[in-house]
Amino acid sequence: MSRHDVVAADRETISKPPTRFDQFVDRTFRGSTVAFAWLTILLVVLIVLQIAEKALPAVRHYGFSLITSTTWDSNRGQYGILPEIWGTLYSSILGLMIGTAFGVAIAIFLSQDFLPPKVELVCKNIIELLAAIPSVVYGLWGIFVVIPLLRPPANWLHEHLGQIPLFGTALSGPGMLPAALVLGIMILPTISAISRDALVSVPHKLKEAALGLGATRWETILGVVVPTASTGIFGSMVLGFGRALGETMALAMLVGNSNELSVSLFSPGNTLAALLANHFPEAGGAEVQVLMYAALVLLVITLLVNCLGAAILTKASARFSGITK
Amino acid sequence: MYFCHRSVRCWMAITSLIVVAIAGCNAANSSTGGAKHVKLSGAGASFPFPLYDRWFSDYRQLHPDISINYQGIGSGGGITQLTNRTVDFAASDAAMTDEEISKVKGGVQLLPMTAGSIVLGYNVPDAPAGLRLPRDAYVGMFLGKVTKWNDPLIAKANPGVTLPDLAVTAVRRADSSGTTFVFTQHLAAISDDWKQGPGVGKSVDWPVGIGAKKNDGIAATIKQTPGAIGYLEYGFVKQAQIPVASLENKDGEFITPTTAAGRAALASAALPENLIVWLPDPPGKDSYPIVTYTWLLCYKQYDDPAVAKALKDVIRYALTDGQKISAEMGYIPLPEAVAKQVAAAVGNIKP
Repeated sequence: MSRHDVVAADRETISKPPTRFDQFVDRTFRGSTVAFAWLTILLVVLIVLQIAEKALPAVRHYGFSLITSTTWDSNRGQYGILPEIWGTLYSSILGLMIGTAFGVAIAIFLSQDFLPPKVELVCKNIIELLAAIPSVVYGLWGIFVVIPLLRPPANWLHEHLGQIPLFGTALSGPGMLPAALVLGIMILPTISAISRDALVSVPHKLKEAALGLGATRWETILGVVVPTASTGIFGSMVLGFGRALGETMALAMLVGNSNELSVSLFSPGNTLAALLANHFPEAGGAEVQVLMYAALVLLVITLLVNCLGAAILTKASARFSGITK
Repeated sequence: MYFCHRSVRCWMAITSLIVVAIAGCNAANSSTGGAKHVKLSGAGASFPFPLYDRWFSDYRQLHPDISINYQGIGSGGGITQLTNRTVDFAASDAAMTDEEISKVKGGVQLLPMTAGSIVLGYNVPDAPAGLRLPRDAYVGMFLGKVTKWNDPLIAKANPGVTLPDLAVTAVRRADSSGTTFVFTQHLAAISDDWKQGPGVGKSVDWPVGIGAKKNDGIAATIKQTPGAIGYLEYGFVKQAQIPVASLENKDGEFITPTTAAGRAALASAALPENLIVWLPDPPGKDSYPIVTYTWLLCYKQYDDPAVAKALKDVIRYALTDGQKISAEMGYIPLPEAVAKQVAAAVGNIKP
């Protein structure tokens, strides 16, 4: 609303300057928004500082060796989180691949007039509902539904194609693949919702131009619409990846919590978030410091991913900015 | 713009109403609390939680003026809270070490309240319940040396049972736990390989297997994984209906975990004066090999005499009437001599 509208509206009614109270409310409102915005940033900084402070003794004592060694034995004071770092990245990347494939497909299906608008809206809301399911329910669903479903095909793959490292072990129960699959479904609503918004905001004239040049619907979608929306789609992937890195409960239930460093999809593994969730409640003394160190590593990984994502995003959006404007 | 202002005012009015309402509620609450009412709060081991919870609610029925709040946050958490004096009592499966006790001003009285068996549950399709497992077999399974269920070690102990050619999946706790401490203590007592290898602790560096969270996580994983074997507390197996193995004890007998077999194991060792005793490998023909006491941890000195009096009364109730319901809930009632000894030690708690 511009200033002129306000003046016009006031002339029609009884015009009067803002009272003291109005000014007071305005100022308080502005002050409080600024305060809350800064408080949020301060909170993040405080959390990082506090974790860093608690982790400092462990950082001094173990240094870089914590990141490169593979044993976690609190009785002997040997700690290493390489399997957890690997597991965090591996499960998140697998989950991201699954989530992106399905999420973008859904976004295209729900934005390119495949369905009547009303049905589209209903489907969109149902998919966004996936985000409201608690993590622990995903975990239970994984244990009782996904793992029994995956076991026969996984073990068939292991028996017949066991030479390929990807299928190098049998799937006994919890493992990387069920964890990644459930993770993929968990980040799917994030990816599909943001991708859909990006696809919807592609200007209609672009589509019409492509169709006018004789492109088929298929060529229009893949050749024009998706590339134009790619910045938004990529942004959704970065957000989804960030969520996958920090996901705790479902992974702690499905990944197997085993200190193993394996490329096999069926081998149990561990992630940083699951390690923290499992060891914090009973940890004391030195173990707490090491766990804080592990938390710091997780924070750094998440930060790096987000920065990298933001950087690529700016580059990509510069490339496409000519088209969308 | 006008509308904006009005909605801000409206919000302020609503907020202030809510604040007044909350303040009113608080005032109402605090005025109902009588002077005689005693509140006890405790935290610690999750293993005896179902039993303690039952004891405390039964006790509350008899004594409405005393309410007890116990949270099963884990043994380690309980000890930390006791040391920080944020609770009136704590509970632990792994008794406090002398070093931990020395951190608590005025001293700590440890009281064994009940005992439990740790059992091996398994999921082997078509195999009967009560599969006999020799010592080498179950240590081997958790060391990764026994990898198939039709291993000669197991087959020899179970004549007439056809065992499948199924891979063994060891299931163990991912979180650190008093149960793991007791189980690894037993494994270290019967196997040098275990003692030199993973060792004893609330969490150890497991050579093989899958980690699951808490007892119910272990139960769910065993049920869902063909070929799985895992250790958990007897009470949870009863609920989940998982078949339980008969384990070879020190005298070479195969013993099914029952209340009687647990009591026989407890009877094999006398309690010393500090009431801390471990039974890593109890002797006796009828003894089940993996049993443990679980302790209540109390201060020796309380600031508030009412709290001390209430706590002592609750403990006496648990040691007498409380023991009668232990067995039905899957715990081992204390042998009578032990219960008497513990009741005498309650006298060490001073107001």
